Amino acid sequence: MSLDCGWAIQGLAELGPVAEISGALWRLLTLADYNTRVVILGTALLGCAAGVVGSFTLLRKRALVGDAISHAMLPGLGLAYLLALAMGIEERSWSWLLLGATASSLVGTAAILGMRRWLRISEDAAFGIVLSTFFGAGVALLGVIQSLPSGHAAGLEGLLYGQAASLTWSDMGLIAGAAAAALVVSLLLFKELTLLCFDQQYLSTQGYSLSGLDGILMALVVMIAITGMQAVGLILVIALLIVPAAAARFWTQQIQRQVIIAAGLGAAGCFGGSVISALVPDLPAGAVIILVCTGLFLLSATFGYRQGVLWRLWRRQDWQQALARQHLLRGIYERLEVRTPGEIARAGAEASVTVEELLSLRSWNRRTVERVIERSQRAGLVTRIDGRVWLSKTGWLAARRLVHQHRLWELYLITHADVALQQVDRLADDIEHVLEPAVIEELEEILQQRGALIAECPHRSPESV
Amino acid sequence: MATIVWNWSFDGWMIVHAILCALSCSLVGNFLVLRGTSLLGDAISHSILPGLALAFWFTGSRSGPEMFLAALAAAVVTVFLIEGLRNATRMDQGAAMGVVFTALFALGIVLIVQVADHVDLDPNCVLYGSLELTPLDRWDIGGWLIPKAAVTLGVTLLLNGLFVGLFYKELLLTTFDSAFADSVGFSSRLVHYLLMILVAFTAVASFESVGSVLVIAMLVVPTSAALLITDRLGAVIGWSAGLAALAAGLGHVSAVVVPTWWGYGSTLTSGMMAVAAGGLLLLCGLFGPRRGLLVRWWQQRLFAAQVAADDVLAYLFRLGEQSPRDPATLAQIGHALPLSSRSLHRAVKRLCRTGELDGDESGYRLSAAGRRRAQDLVRSHRLWELYLVEQAQIAPSRIHDKAEAWEHVTDQTLRARLDQATSDSKLDPHGSAIPPEASERETDPPR
Repeated sequence: MSLDCGWAIQGLAELGPVAEISGALWRLLTLADYNTRVVILGTALLGCAAGVVGSFTLLRKRALVGDAISHAMLPGLGLAYLLALAMGIEERSWSWLLLGATASSLVGTAAILGMRRWLRISEDAAFGIVLSTFFGAGVALLGVIQSLPSGHAAGLEGLLYGQAASLTWSDMGLIAGAAAAALVVSLLLFKELTLLCFDQQYLSTQGYSLSGLDGILMALVVMIAITGMQAVGLILVIALLIVPAAAARFWTQQIQRQVIIAAGLGAAGCFGGSVISALVPDLPAGAVIILVCTGLFLLSATFGYRQGVLWRLWRRQDWQQALARQHLLRGIYERLEVRTPGEIARAGAEASVTVEELLSLRSWNRRTVERVIERSQRAGLVTRIDGRVWLSKTGWLAARRLVHQHRLWELYLITHADVALQQVDRLADDIEHVLEPAVIEELEEILQQRGALIAECPHRSPESV
Repeated sequence: MATIVWNWSFDGWMIVHAILCALSCSLVGNFLVLRGTSLLGDAISHSILPGLALAFWFTGSRSGPEMFLAALAAAVVTVFLIEGLRNATRMDQGAAMGVVFTALFALGIVLIVQVADHVDLDPNCVLYGSLELTPLDRWDIGGWLIPKAAVTLGVTLLLNGLFVGLFYKELLLTTFDSAFADSVGFSSRLVHYLLMILVAFTAVASFESVGSVLVIAMLVVPTSAALLITDRLGAVIGWSAGLAALAAGLGHVSAVVVPTWWGYGSTLTSGMMAVAAGGLLLLCGLFGPRRGLLVRWWQQRLFAAQVAADDVLAYLFRLGEQSPRDPATLAQIGHALPLSSRSLHRAVKRLCRTGELDGDESGYRLSAAGRRRAQDLVRSHRLWELYLVEQAQIAPSRIHDKAEAWEHVTDQTLRARLDQATSDSKLDPHGSAIPPEASERETDPPR
């Protein structure tokens, strides 16, 4: 298989000494060689544009549109080849084949939009239908071509894996042109495309045609897919449209930043992949580019600031700790309240509880309680001496506030929402942690008007409500 | 034109294999499409490449059970990676699928280049069988020479049939209401994984004998076509199976016949089967009873004709309220109503034929039957106007269009309910009298 990169730097066919490699790397990064310059700049630009366009298709929940469109090119390639043969044109003419591919992928695009609109076929099924029938037609056409005495489809099969190696200055021009066009169109229609992703109803009330905008977006995908096919191949161009955009999602929830980050990641992935495959012999450029992009994706998914896995785990843990601390404070307060009603404020030997008492309050185990106490002690909320726990001044204030809120909710639920009394405690437990000051004020006012007592706990005196 | 030579022991087996594959794919494909994961077949067809490369690395052979197992393992890994990625990051399903399968495909290409080095190993030929070759590779089973593909595909179909048959209720529940399924004790997650693994198995087993195109197509297209015909899951399964088998047969015939129209030799069968499936889908899209374009177009025409006739009758009724017994000319009606002269002519002709309109070119007037229908229409219109003002608090200037649209689809029962919901006013918000119900029925509640 000829997937290796003929454009690897001369003299690097086998791994040479370190100096030689670093010299080669230096020449690569400074884009000293003409061929390298073409390939690296071309793919980077492609990655940039694919990131921008891919962001919109991703947010439109049509990430796999590239999959359908790239497969839909196949019958166009085959037909163009057969037509050229029949008409006596030079059948390997690249631009002629590209024309065929473009035409058939546009037909595929129209078929997807038509099925969505008139037959109400769901998005993914429409992609699947276009992908498989066009791909099937392509396979059938390639079968015909292969059975011809004069022709074989060797030239066409190369497209499956891309030929970054053989990119020329004019190919690079084509890629640059398509990428620039895609960028300009997405910037000009930035507002419309954003609305297409997030608020279609508003868009259509403003007089825009949804199908028209969808068509434009998919035409951009076709443009990227056609030019990308040359560089990374029919299949892997799908990845360029998905992976950088999906990676950018982990860093931001803002569309402008999303687009910029996706463009950056796409360009970086393509650049990195090209450089690596130029340095190491026998690495197919297209595949390496995608693997680098996937690496960037994994990094983003793990460390991404907004939606990354680590960030989310950290936030969840943070929240759970806060929850446990609030449970502890409330537990102590209510325990003290039972023992010395009305005199909780008074500090002293009386105003403390044992760990055993706390354990009996709710279904938590000793380890959890110990850990919560330790953490709260570090936060200056409680003090622990010989198995007894005291509330500090701040801890006491915080506990009072929590219990106050908790009872507000309990009363609110009973008086307003007709919630069964048995269920109140659980519900109130969950809700009090997300209460906002404004809500509390509103509740207090409502309850004050109704003469509902605030300090009483409804479990003990339901008749007071 | 090349002559076509059919060899039924050969072509017959090919069709049998294609039908077996089409049936088993469409069976599980139903649930893929309904769950919105139609492209899983395509994803798996690409993502098994690293498995194949590794198997080739260790065994050095291009076929055999090791290849099959490796491909199956890679397919199952794909399924778990997609689901894992979705669960860990809450990504969009399509995006997760795209990330996983392209990454695995890229990895596969790199591995193959390293492993096979300069051996001529085309990733597309490693495992992907071709339907044309299936009848040749036979096993001797009790004296019968059965093609290997018939056995593997038959077993696959049996497995899929058993799965769908045994877990029909679970699949139904988890597909349409996974929250409810979970709440009554079915693990929708478990069912989902089982289904996905079965799809992976079906796909890999079929790739080996008939190639990937057929699988990708049969997982999606027959079900989508069946959904254009019917809504019920059982019927969808039946229709999709029938359509899949039909597409397989049609595809084979057209693969042999169609290229000869342009003087070429026959082509690859599996590709044409996918195209045939697409063609059947197109037919369902045009003629399907539920969402078929032609059917919908015809229904719209019928409804438009009914609306036009209604409008003519209602206009004559209102005219009669102002100046009784005056016939109206065609020009007069045409001037008052926003109808094209063609549809006006057609409506008037139709009404004359049904006996709801009397008269000729010089003037038309309502017959007794026409009067009853018109009276009910106007009653519907004015009751709606009253309702919109009284109950929906819509300004009287904005109610006419709504009432105009709804009067055509309001029947006696609805009129009775509107009557009850509105006040006892005898006049509509514009001051016109609301006529009484014309077509009396004994069960009508008195006002």
